[in-house]
Parts: sequence; structure tokens; C-alpha cells
Amino acid sequence: MKQLGKRGITMIVTLVVVSFLVFLAFDVIPGDAATSKLGTQATPERVEALREEMGLNRPFLVRYGTWLAGFVKGDMGTSYSYSRPVKGMVADKVPITVTLMVLAFILVVAISIPLGIYAARYQGRFLDRLIGVIDQIIMAVPPFFSGIIITVLFGVLLKWFTPGGFVSYTKNWGAFLGYMIFPAIAIALPKIAMAVKLLRTSILEEIGKDYVRTAYSRGNKTKQVLYRHVLKNALIPVITFLGMALSDMVAGSIIIEQVFNIPGLGRILLTSISNRDYPVVEAIIMLIAALVIIVNFVVDALYRVIDPRMRRS
Amino acid sequence: MKKRLKTLFLLFVLTTLTIALSGCAGDKEDDGSSSITIGIPQDLDSLDPHKAVAAGTKEVLFNIFEGLVKPDSEGNLVPAVASEVIPSEDGKVYTFTLREGVLFHDGSVVTVEDVKYSLERCADTSNGDPLVPAFSNIENIETPDEATIIVTLKEPDTDFLAYMTTAIIPASNASPETDPIGTGPYKYVSWTPQEEVILVRNDDYWGTPAHIENITIKIIADTDAIITGLNAGSIDFYARLSSAQVDQLSDNFEIYEGTMNLVQALYLNNDEAPFDDVRVRQALCYAIDPQEIMDLIFDGKGTELGSSMFPAFSKYYMEELNHTYDQDIDKAKELLADAGYPDGFSFTITVPSNYQPHIDTAQVLVEQFKAIGVDAKINLVEWDSWLSDVYGGRQFQSTVVGVDASTLTASALLSRFVSDASNNFINYDNAAYDAAYARAMGTTDDAERVAAYKECETILSEDAANVYIQDLAEFVAINKKYAGYEFYPLYVQDFSKLYIVEE
Repeated sequence: MKQLGKRGITMIVTLVVVSFLVFLAFDVIPGDAATSKLGTQATPERVEALREEMGLNRPFLVRYGTWLAGFVKGDMGTSYSYSRPVKGMVADKVPITVTLMVLAFILVVAISIPLGIYAARYQGRFLDRLIGVIDQIIMAVPPFFSGIIITVLFGVLLKWFTPGGFVSYTKNWGAFLGYMIFPAIAIALPKIAMAVKLLRTSILEEIGKDYVRTAYSRGNKTKQVLYRHVLKNALIPVITFLGMALSDMVAGSIIIEQVFNIPGLGRILLTSISNRDYPVVEAIIMLIAALVIIVNFVVDALYRVIDPRMRRS
Repeated sequence: MKKRLKTLFLLFVLTTLTIALSGCAGDKEDDGSSSITIGIPQDLDSLDPHKAVAAGTKEVLFNIFEGLVKPDSEGNLVPAVASEVIPSEDGKVYTFTLREGVLFHDGSVVTVEDVKYSLERCADTSNGDPLVPAFSNIENIETPDEATIIVTLKEPDTDFLAYMTTAIIPASNASPETDPIGTGPYKYVSWTPQEEVILVRNDDYWGTPAHIENITIKIIADTDAIITGLNAGSIDFYARLSSAQVDQLSDNFEIYEGTMNLVQALYLNNDEAPFDDVRVRQALCYAIDPQEIMDLIFDGKGTELGSSMFPAFSKYYMEELNHTYDQDIDKAKELLADAGYPDGFSFTITVPSNYQPHIDTAQVLVEQFKAIGVDAKINLVEWDSWLSDVYGGRQFQSTVVGVDASTLTASALLSRFVSDASNNFINYDNAAYDAAYARAMGTTDDAERVAAYKECETILSEDAANVYIQDLAEFVAINKKYAGYEFYPLYVQDFSKLYIVEE
């Protein structure tokens, strides 16, 4: 409980610092929402009038204070470029990006763990070596590139999906998932490769330890030793990695959304940055930051479940 | 344990496959009504026709809203919500007769009050400048009877009709920003930011109704995604493609070639040394060859320009100005030596990074300037930085962009070079130009006005205000299932003309 409180405070402080930095960045870079909206129609008078209307001519700290006060009360403000409440706009996009991440994560866990175990168990055999080679190749290919390959292979050649034919989850969940699985594969591929390699190494390391010999001597079969004893220990670095990978996938999804033309959080984040629409950017960054912190928290909690030694400290 | 994992894995693969397959089935739903999916590169900036400023937004809203008059594909202004326009002799009073029985999309009849409300909304100065700057010239708007609107101007302006394309919206609509109601051939249905805009045909349209019933406008920012989308069939229509993109399309498409109707030039900050010297500006004009730029980057497509006017404005366009400076390296060097730069000089070309044709053009320019010993460097900036630093702040030496016309008047292109114009971002200052422009504004005689505008163009060309390059070629790709695309001399897309080809 005390731990939880501490975590909570850390989270709030982190979020405030992050939000301040984002605000500061928008103050430093040239242009603001008013110049962006008016474009080449801008005259000094019109820009001034619009700034006044948007409240952009107030001092930096006043603007930040107003925004922060609103945010704390759950009011994320109104988008400058869309004149809509930010909350609704972001809420519409969250399911898209979260689905993408969850699908990718499921793929990573479901594929890398069995493959890693297999490679370690049959260490040195042909299949293990093959997995090693494929691993190296996949690890070297960035998701946006594998995204293009997937589009060409499954979309253009095999016609399993229509490139650019994104269907919103509000219209058809099945079609939505059917489209999202392909970008999810693109994001998941390099993570799968890394997780396989990590798990294989980790298992092999554990297998050489004394407790494994003890377990064998107590008459356990290889399978039992592997799953009951070795895997529990070997999984710890993998869980750390999966936690980091999940946070990293947020960044990965921003790029992959462009490749697959998915109107998710990443797309709206990029447009809002170029529109200088800071209420939207702040809301999304806060969301991502909160997500990263929560993931870290969950990873720590998982350690405690798996490794009793950690419960003491 | 292992068995369970295996089962889980198998289950997962199966679910994924089922989902993927059901996804394929979902794409092909068809309820018999005609529809088309159109791709656009940028999201809308507003649904309020008076507040939207982005050209990309206006071209979509063109299908939803109409003014008292509207442009046709030949560049004429034709009556729309008004059935008749009578300008007075002196160009100060415009009398409009309201077309009978024009309905708004919500079913209500357009009244003179709605017209008055719409025009006054755009002329309102309580927020500084009026929404339509030209409306600051309006003296008053009267509605003597149920079918007549009389607009009286402070100063005569024979170009004023071009601004009467301002959208007519119902006075009763409290939230035009979220619930746009117009009189156009298409009705607004929904807009999901960054995703799509949905329109449906207005069956009560006063004019020729549109052919296609449902329009889905998808927002696709990524240039590769546009091509894959077109080829895969998820978009049927896309305007403003480059020749390189067209080359990647399958033969399912009809390609229309037109011009973008903008003046692409190396815009020079006339206030900044060395560009404050006319000889230096002229030297740069002599150094370049627009045809070479078009050949290298645009497959030879495009129209050479010699001043701030493009051929779509046929009344004002002067082709002879293309030859004010034919490429002449010796002459350029001579002029530079005269100006005190016998060994050339170096300068920076600021280019917005979001528009590849301008970047490519700048790269060719850099090479062409090398021949006269001028060393140019390209500085790529984000569009917003360009807007605030170059366009707004005028902190630049030179920039390659395209300038378009917002209305069907020559002044839309020429007014910015008047020395005290607020959008004169190149700091052009020439008394002869100001006088010629004032003459064009002051006269009600059409021939005299055209002559004055042509003088303006000649001054810009001879004074080498900018290094004029071209009006870029644009390509429109439309799936062969559809036809009926028409180019407009303005930045608009008319969806109502599109129809499905019978097979």
C-alpha cells in the first residue's frame, strides 16, 4: 500500500514535469495555433485577433496554469484546429492505437515464448540455428519497412486486405481487427525476434546453474525442470524486456499508423504538432506517459509474483 | 503445460485468420446506391465556410456551400443563390435577386435575411479585420423586399462580385462549426478528424443535381499510402498528384492533366542585401532556365511563367513576359559585376519541407546559380516555421513556394506587391507599381483595368521582383469506373459532376 502511494506520487510528478516540458517546447518553436490556422491568409491584424480569441496572447505561465488547472479537473480543453473538445477527439482514437498495441503484444508473447523455449531446448540443432539466423534478419528490419513489405505481400499480391482500406471499429469490429492485424505484425516482428533471442540465452544460462542439477538429482524429468524451475527464473529478464517493448510499441505505432494509413493517436499527434494544437498534444503525451508509468508498475508487480525474493526488499 | 501452450497458440492463429477473412468480407458490402471514395491530403481546418482558410478545406466545402454567385469551370461567375445580379454603372451598388425556392439542407427556404446575415457575419469588424477582407469596403446591405438584396460599397470595385461567392448560411444555425448547413449539391453527414468526411447528395438541389449519391472523403497524409490506396482500390479519386506518382499507378486510372493555378517562383526578400539591387535580381533571372527545371523534375510538364499571373486568368496573362529573361549566363555575370559582385555571393533559399516539388525545384536552382558563381544553400523548414518566420515575420533571403489566388480576380495575385500590403512578404516597394495598381482599382472601365493590371505584371517582370518559374502541372487520377472530372481555374473540386461509367 505504501508502495502504491509512492508510485502514485512519482507518477503525478512525472506527468507534471512532462506536461511542462511539452508546453515549453511549444513556446520555443516558431509559430502558434493562430498563424498555423490562418496560413497564407494571415495578416498581422487577423493573427492578433485570433490569438486574442484563442487566448494565446496571455503570458506563458498563465496559459500553462490555466491548462493544468483544467486538466486536473478532467477538462482537457478545446482543440484549436478542430474547435472540438479534446477529450472526445482523443477518446475516439484511443481504442485504435490500444488495439494495435494489444494485438502486437499478444503476437509477441504468443510467438516468442514458445519459440524461445524451443530454441533453447534443442540448442545447436538445425531448427535452433535457423531461428537464430531469421532472428538476426528480422531484428535488423525496422517496422516501417516491414510494414511496406507486408502491404505489398498481403495487400497487393495476396489481397488478404485492402491497403488503406481502414474500417473504423465503430462500424465493423471484425473488419477493423482484420485490418489492424497486419500493422500489428509489422510492429511485433522485431520485438518477437529480440524476445526469442533473450529467452533462449536466459534459459541456457539458468540451465547451467546448481539448482537445476539439484532438481534433476531429485528425479525430475527434463520437461518438469524446464517449466517448473528454469522458466520461472529465465522469464524475469524477458518480462523486463516485454515491459520496455510495450512502451516502445507506442512510438512504433505512431510510425506504422502512417504506413498503413490508420487514423489513430499517432496520426492526430503528428498533425496536432504541426498545427501547434497544444491541448491535443498535451492530452496525448499525458496519456502515453501515464501508460509507460503504469506498464513499469505492472512489470515490477509481476517480478514480485514470479520471484519471492523480491517481495522482501 | 506445453500442450496447453500449443492449444493456445493454435487457437490464436485460428482467431486471427477468422478475423482477417471476415475483414475481407466486410469491405465488399454494397447496398446498391452509388458511391465514390475520394482521397485528400490534409484534414479540414473548419466546417464553418466563413472561418475555414486552408485551400484544401475550401475545395471540399465548395460542394456543400454556395454564394450568391459561384465560379464555373471556365472561370466565369454564374448566379447561384441569386438568380440575377445587376451591378450599377459606377461599380458601387450591386443588386441581387434571390433565386426562388432555394432550400437549405435542413429544408428551410433561403430568405433575404439569411443572405444579409451571412454577408454581415463576414463583414463584421468587431474582431479586428473582417472575415473576408474585401468586405471592409461594404457601406451597407439592404433588403427592400422579400427577393432583393442591395449591397452598396464605399469605393467603386468592379471586381467585387468575385467575393460574392461567400457562402450563404442560415441565420438560424447556432453552430455552423459543428453542424454545417448550406445550399450546395452535397449535404454534410459527418466528419471524423484525421479519418474521413462523409457527404450525401442533396436531392432538393435547385440546379442540376449531383450524379453520385454517397461520397466518402478519406484523409491520407502519406504519399506512398495514396498510391497503394489507389492501386488497391480503397480510393477511387485523387487530385493533385505529381508526374512521379502517376507513373506508379496501374492502368485502372484515367489521368487528367491540368495546372495547379499557382505562381511558383524563387521569392526574393527585396529589402535584404543583395536582393535590394535590381541588377542582382535580374542576374538570377538570367541564370535560370524554367524549362530545364520542368524537364528534370516534372517530365517536362508545367507552364513557364514570367510574372505573378498564370494562364487560367487568360484575360490578364501575358505570355510575352516569359521571355523578359531568357537564360544568358554572360549577361547574368555582367550584371553581377556591375552590382559589385564579380565573384558572386552566397545566400539561403528557405523551403517548406512538406512540399516535395518546391524542394526539388530549389535543388535545380542551386545548380543553375553555380554557373554564375552564386552559391545558394537550401534551408528546409517545417510549414509552420515557414508561415511564422518567412511569411509572417519576413525573416528570410529567398524562398521557393507557389502563391495561389483565393478569388477569381487578378488582384488576388497582384495586391500583395503593393508596398504597404499586409501580405507583401517579399517587401516589394515600387512607386510605379503602386500607381498602376491604384489605377486598376480606381477605374470602372474594364479595358482600362486590364491594361493597368498588365502594367503591374510588366513591372514585376522587368523589375525582377522575383525569379518566376512556372505554374506546376497537376494530375488527377480517377478510377475508370468514374468520369466527369472538370478543372476549375480556382482551387476547388466539383464532386457533383462526377458520374459512374455504365459497364
